Amino acid sequence: MEIVFEVNRYNPETEEGNFYQEFSFPVDHGELEELTVLESLIKLKEEKDGSLTFRHSCGHGSCGSCAMLINGENRLACKTHLIDLVSENETRIKVSPLPGFPVIKDLVVELESFFDQDEEVKPYLIAENGSETEEERLQTPEELGQIQEATECIMCGACTSACPTYWDNKKYLGPGAFVKAFRWERDSRDEGGEERMDFLDDSRGGVWGCNKVFNCEEACPKDIDTVGIIDLLKREALGF
Amino acid sequence: MRTIDHRLLIVGGGAAGLRAAIEADKHVDNLGVISKVRTLRSHSVSAQGGIAASLGNTGDNESDSWKKHLEDTIKGGADLVDRDAGEVLTQNAVENVIELEHMGVPFSRTSMGTLDQRPFGGHSLPRALYAADRTGHAIVYSLYGENVKRGTTFYDEFFVLDLLTEGRSVLGLVAYDIKTGEIVIFRAGAVILATGGPSQVYDLTSSGTASTGDGLAIALRNGIPIEDMEFIQFHPTGLKDKGILITEAARGEGGYLKNDRGERFMKRYEPENMELAPRDKVVRGMQREINEGRGINGENYLHLDLTHLSREKIKRKLPTIRELALDFANIDPVEQSIPVQPMAHYCMGGVPTDIEARVQSKEIGVAWENLYAAGEVACVSVHGANRLGTNSLLEAVTFGKRAGRFAAQQASSSDGVEVDEAVVSKYGSRIESLLENEGSVKVSELRDRLKRIMTEKCGVFRSGEDLKEALNQIYQLQEDYDGKLVVEDSSQKFNTELKMALELGNMLDYSEVIVEAALAREESRGAHFRTDYPERNDSDWLQHSLLHRDSTGEIRHQYREVDT
Ligand SMILES: Cc1cc2nc3c(=O)[nH]c(=O)nc-3n(C[C@H](O)[C@H](O)[C@H](O)COP(=O)(O)OP(=O)(O)OC[C@H]3O[C@@H](n4cnc5c(N)ncnc54)[C@H](O)[C@@H]3O)c2cc1C
Ligand code: FES
Repeated sequence: MEIVFEVNRYNPETEEGNFYQEFSFPVDHGELEELTVLESLIKLKEEKDGSLTFRHSCGHGSCGSCAMLINGENRLACKTHLIDLVSENETRIKVSPLPGFPVIKDLVVELESFFDQDEEVKPYLIAENGSETEEERLQTPEELGQIQEATECIMCGACTSACPTYWDNKKYLGPGAFVKAFRWERDSRDEGGEERMDFLDDSRGGVWGCNKVFNCEEACPKDIDTVGIIDLLKREALGF
Repeated sequence: MRTIDHRLLIVGGGAAGLRAAIEADKHVDNLGVISKVRTLRSHSVSAQGGIAASLGNTGDNESDSWKKHLEDTIKGGADLVDRDAGEVLTQNAVENVIELEHMGVPFSRTSMGTLDQRPFGGHSLPRALYAADRTGHAIVYSLYGENVKRGTTFYDEFFVLDLLTEGRSVLGLVAYDIKTGEIVIFRAGAVILATGGPSQVYDLTSSGTASTGDGLAIALRNGIPIEDMEFIQFHPTGLKDKGILITEAARGEGGYLKNDRGERFMKRYEPENMELAPRDKVVRGMQREINEGRGINGENYLHLDLTHLSREKIKRKLPTIRELALDFANIDPVEQSIPVQPMAHYCMGGVPTDIEARVQSKEIGVAWENLYAAGEVACVSVHGANRLGTNSLLEAVTFGKRAGRFAAQQASSSDGVEVDEAVVSKYGSRIESLLENEGSVKVSELRDRLKRIMTEKCGVFRSGEDLKEALNQIYQLQEDYDGKLVVEDSSQKFNTELKMALELGNMLDYSEVIVEAALAREESRGAHFRTDYPERNDSDWLQHSLLHRDSTGEIRHQYREVDT
């Protein structure tokens, strides 16, 4: 089978603007099952065009470097297998940078604003009590269970990039920041309650901007229940 | 020329660099962390299994102690561990992991709410604290958060090229801003190298693409020796054909290794500890099975069998392993065995430091005033010839913290430091010439040739003959790099191919040292196994190797005694 990759190309040093370049290569059935989008991009870079640019690091879904728009969905390139994208009739794979963020080059986007929003929700433990002791604070497996899913976030940006509210309003903190807020806020050891609620409850940037489009939940490579988490934060803002 | 001043600069945003920054912040208020990948993409986030400390929260009857931890570490390290450094590591482990808990790391808990601990290879008691099987991720995210809280300045996607020095003192460093393509000068009163390991010089490795050992090459370029580089750890259970690790915790939780006949073959090599023997022994057992034709279907892999563990246990304690096996091998470990093979994992060697993390090796007259190193790039020598699992995250936070504290105390202001423009323009033109080269050999092609040579000739089993051949081949690659390399991407901004070329230059530089050190050590110890010298030889080789490049470019060998 001949796979055709359509890859977004953009070089900031030329006047050209962006365009999609086609690369094709043959694969047998075994390769089709084995190969990921990331491995294919690496192959293209190494065999066809050394200037093809994208980020990657761990290669197995733990570092968050390689999120991109693959056939219309935000996904991690390293965890997306070709076999899940093509069929007898459709052998084209279209790869674009994450939407909603400025493009630096080809598939690389500027995530500075995403990380700034993370910083706004105070992504750290706020706790006066217990840090001076020589022993661990206690936390039951049930208490940990409440935040376990949220601790899995790898900050790849796929969720916020998929959010229509964020596209319209760059002040909106976005699902990525809310998951992080929840992770710390609901940690049984954390005492930051009020401090974080101020801006989570804010009319422009806060949780009320969420219209439950569910794009973020579909985009999350870690299957985090982002909308459920935002709902819980809304309830908390209302004082439940 | 863009020039940025900091009191203290930390190169690397993995566990070691981030821990250093937190500690340093208590003493100086102007520090910067530089990382060639965004901090949270650092390799440390991939660490899975755990971090060791003798809390004794879960041992049955026997109570744990730092002394037992130390003895296990020394034994696992085949007596090449420096006792003074091992003491610092183990004696402070409890305090250091409790600090991590206080910073919010979501460690897994016992039913009583205390920190849970599980067994790990080479540790005589359950000593590994863990956060499911995402321990590294959990630690890095909390350390990062703590840095955000403290207002640390991050320079992400800056590639450090070299140090700026005057005698044995560091003035700062030269970096390449990947986003803009500019050369940037950083001036500082002290520098900490926390650049991680070199496992990328091998074909199959569990480490991320950033683990290209740049700090080792930076040391060599400045006449600093690198220590014990012959000791490269291979991990027994890499997912077949993929650079993906199946944590040792899978065996800690009761998994079996089996050959094509379905035998638990480790009974032949380590009847007592079986699958939980130290890594070097398990890897050699596996490689023997493969070499003798008992790999699965006669091929170069074996089976990791978890099917006898309960579904519930696999889901709760090894969720990532299940996810990885499902995603990348299409196998549910609850029902089927996982295909595994050994792969390069960790480097015991590195830039020599004393127990304050200062770059130093007094015995051979190396003593830098304000240069520090911590984490995998360093060799304070707590792992000796073979690291025990869960000891390296501990090393990263322990010596990262020390580096932060001592470097901050040492760091004077960088005001008025004059930087030699010649050094800077040297790097500018080096990059220009890489971009303008009209050669014929691609970066990836040359890199793959190096990886193959290292894997085939300087891997799990080594021989004098192979190593000599490897050396000659590496010389050839170095020549090709200088004369024939082509970088196809000629753009200034975000040139990842240029970055790969710079990394390859570094890899070629210290690979020569790895092979030289392996050739010189005519014995077998820990992770270093010579088929032509299969016995351990304490009367000649109970010593650390320190190799440097002299001003003529020759590699020089020196040795020092182990601190016993
Ligand atoms: C898959 C895997 C699992 C592991 N699991 C465990 C475990 O369970 N327990 C355990 O104790 N150990 C484990 N280890 C080992 C452990 O993860 C590493 O030894 C440790 O994370 C190293 O941390 P570090 O801070 O030294 O380096 P890293 O985390 O590798 O960070 C290096 C940093 O330096 C930066 N850098 C490098 N070169 C440059 C340059 N030229 N310019 C600028 N920045 C640069 C990088 O960007 C990065 O920020 C595991 C290793 C692997 C491969
Ligand atoms: S490369 Fe790390 S998540 Fe894809």
